[in-house]
Amino acid sequence: MKTLPAVDVVIVGGGWTGLLMAKELGSRSGLSVAVLERGKHRESADYPGTMDELDYAVRVHMMQDLSLETVTVRHDSIQRALPMRQYGSFLPGTGVGGAGEHWNGISPRFLPDCFELFSRTVEKYGAKRLPADHSIQDWGVTYDEMEPYYTRAERMLGISGKAGNIRGKKIVGGNIFEGWRSAEYPTSPTKIPYFSALFGDAAKALGYHPYPSPAANLSEPYTNPDGVSRSACFYCGFCERFGCMVGAKAQPTNTLLPLIHERKNISIRSGASVRRVIYGTAGSGKTAQGVTYFDDKGEEVFQPAELVFLASWTLNNTRLLLLSGIGEPYNAQSGKGTLGRNLTHQVSIGAATAFFEKPLNRFMGSGAAGVCISDFDGDLFDHSGLPFLRGGILVAMSMGYRPIANFGILPPSVKAGWGSGWKKAALECYDRTGLIGFSGEHLAYKGNYMDLDPTYKDRFGDPLLRFTINWGENERKMAEFVTPKALELARAMGAKEVSSFPGLKNYDANRYQFTHIQGGTIMGSSPDRSVVNPYLQHWQVPNLFVLGASTFPQNPSAHPTLTLLALTYRTADAIVDRYLKSPSQLA
Amino acid sequence: MRRREFLTLSATSIGGMLVYSLDRKPFRFFAQTEQSVRIPLRFFTQPEALIVAAAASRIFPSDEAGPGAQEAGVAVYIDRQLAGPWGRDRYRYTQEPFEENTPAEFGYQGKATPRHVYREGLKDLKGFDQLPPAEQDNKLKQIETTLFFSLLRRNTIEGMFCDPVHGGNIDMVGWQLIGYPGPRMSNYADVDKHFGEAFRPKPVSLRETPEGNNFRPSEDEE
Repeated sequence: MKTLPAVDVVIVGGGWTGLLMAKELGSRSGLSVAVLERGKHRESADYPGTMDELDYAVRVHMMQDLSLETVTVRHDSIQRALPMRQYGSFLPGTGVGGAGEHWNGISPRFLPDCFELFSRTVEKYGAKRLPADHSIQDWGVTYDEMEPYYTRAERMLGISGKAGNIRGKKIVGGNIFEGWRSAEYPTSPTKIPYFSALFGDAAKALGYHPYPSPAANLSEPYTNPDGVSRSACFYCGFCERFGCMVGAKAQPTNTLLPLIHERKNISIRSGASVRRVIYGTAGSGKTAQGVTYFDDKGEEVFQPAELVFLASWTLNNTRLLLLSGIGEPYNAQSGKGTLGRNLTHQVSIGAATAFFEKPLNRFMGSGAAGVCISDFDGDLFDHSGLPFLRGGILVAMSMGYRPIANFGILPPSVKAGWGSGWKKAALECYDRTGLIGFSGEHLAYKGNYMDLDPTYKDRFGDPLLRFTINWGENERKMAEFVTPKALELARAMGAKEVSSFPGLKNYDANRYQFTHIQGGTIMGSSPDRSVVNPYLQHWQVPNLFVLGASTFPQNPSAHPTLTLLALTYRTADAIVDRYLKSPSQLA
Repeated sequence: MRRREFLTLSATSIGGMLVYSLDRKPFRFFAQTEQSVRIPLRFFTQPEALIVAAAASRIFPSDEAGPGAQEAGVAVYIDRQLAGPWGRDRYRYTQEPFEENTPAEFGYQGKATPRHVYREGLKDLKGFDQLPPAEQDNKLKQIETTLFFSLLRRNTIEGMFCDPVHGGNIDMVGWQLIGYPGPRMSNYADVDKHFGEAFRPKPVSLRETPEGNNFRPSEDEE
């Protein structure tokens, strides 16, 4: 195998976290940085003229090629796992920018108590209220420590929103339940389309506290602290599963690449599939020496480096450590081992579908344009008499309806599935239908984890990553609780007919439910219960860092991107300010 | 080398329409001047294409509510999809072993590609296009729960509402039915207006926009 000239820093994965770390280290130090991205190169200029629902939203043109590699899924440790042969419950990105190119842009902060979930819940309700098979834990970082990094991430992206809590002062119209923030959002809220406006009015009438969804899709032109300028959103409705045609939605290619291109010490190598992290043993500890990868010509090479970052999304971060033999794989029976544990997804349900008399003009919208209520989120309502813990956010988003995905959503009164009767009903309903969605917390359980599949292999002959995952009673009861609230909201919006979510049963790997997979390489304050420390540094290999949602101990209800960017900034600071001066354990 | 097969679209049913021919050149023809247009087929034989066209027309009929699969050229769309990467499972994980009778929550686990599913399914519909509509409906009811029918139904909806560059939604008849304007670049001035009233800008297809002029559909991939 050919050995390449050494670099100071090698980063596996060219998405949000990998490129942010490259930009931070590359511009704040003189270090040479190589980013290895297995997908193809992308630039912001590639996107105009790609507004095609079929290729991008239905055939999911921007996602990983499953013919090369997928995951297997089962519900418990006894079942034989089956491969996800075509896309289902989540859509991992590939290529420069990763999933950050085709996200919707919804950018909330997590509630303060999410970071201390175990301690706060036990303090309030006692340890007995926790599900018997839970494995929830604290993050090893508090909201107060995160706040400056949240602010930095919001300013980098230019988040459009309305503050609800500035240094403890509650502001009506924003999310009054949010954690304190040091300043107002960088840009004003997005425009609110009709369907979302109806929801906001109904929520207010019912005594809830609606607020505009925080959006990485700019409401106005904006120049961020790095000097990168982007234009305002046109509400074309092509965000999720698309790259932004005008650069209004913050994406790695339009916020980070312009800065990276200016730096001679940062290189991005696309078509580079990393297979192993190579490490050596020195004394009591291990040291990462670099990574091996197949380059874009199919040749396997070794890239030596002083510092190694895994930033290749939840699946691949976990799998690379398993394949490289770094850390002790989690054993669900004995409870020993940390690598692969605390796999969580996110409760994602269409709680209520509302059918209206009036047309809604739903083709207009933006990925994060909408109205939310957090009245049933986290522990913001008393759970003493309820059969579950925690909660989530009810939303009425106006992401822009596209016809292939949405034609044929019908009320329960229509029985036909094809033919003239069906066509007539579907034509009537097409632009008169809206979804009240719910995103809720998925607690961590001992039985939900990732390991290597014994049967199915990738294109190189390496074992696929295996998910063992199911919902707990907590998630099922939470969904049952929130569904009637959504139905009440739909009726208050003036819906003439409503249909409700049928209930959470087994984890459905075939139904799309947000691309928010967490865990596997979780962070925490003890090496016995986590893979990385609160600075995302590997407990056993101090020159190895892991970035992204694979480090989240469990899923909070809110979407993860803003938090994983804030954590990346925090790690970059710790490395520049402390680690580079004296390489050692940061915690 | 397969024999050249064609699907003939009648100009009287789709007169004055914009059709994308095989090389993606927009081609407009008129009922007054042309009798019909022969579209070269990429996957189906002509008898297969006639059956698919007839079945899609029962799923999404042309009726008093407006045009349907016939006018939209759904059969042309499906033919191109099956000939392309989707039809041959180019991007699907197809490593063995394949398990049978698995729960729906693990997604389709079968070995058969969409091409295979169509080719087999069509064998049960021999002569379908010659039947009167009521008998065609009975025939479809008998296969309603099959994988073939669910693919056909899904592909019919796709062919009704895809961008015309894919061969379906000819002249944007599908989009006009539902008031969808296509890839309209800016709704900035309208997104927070028109509350409670239908706002229906004239549809524009991707190839008619300056940005989308060079768009290459995935079914043309090798």
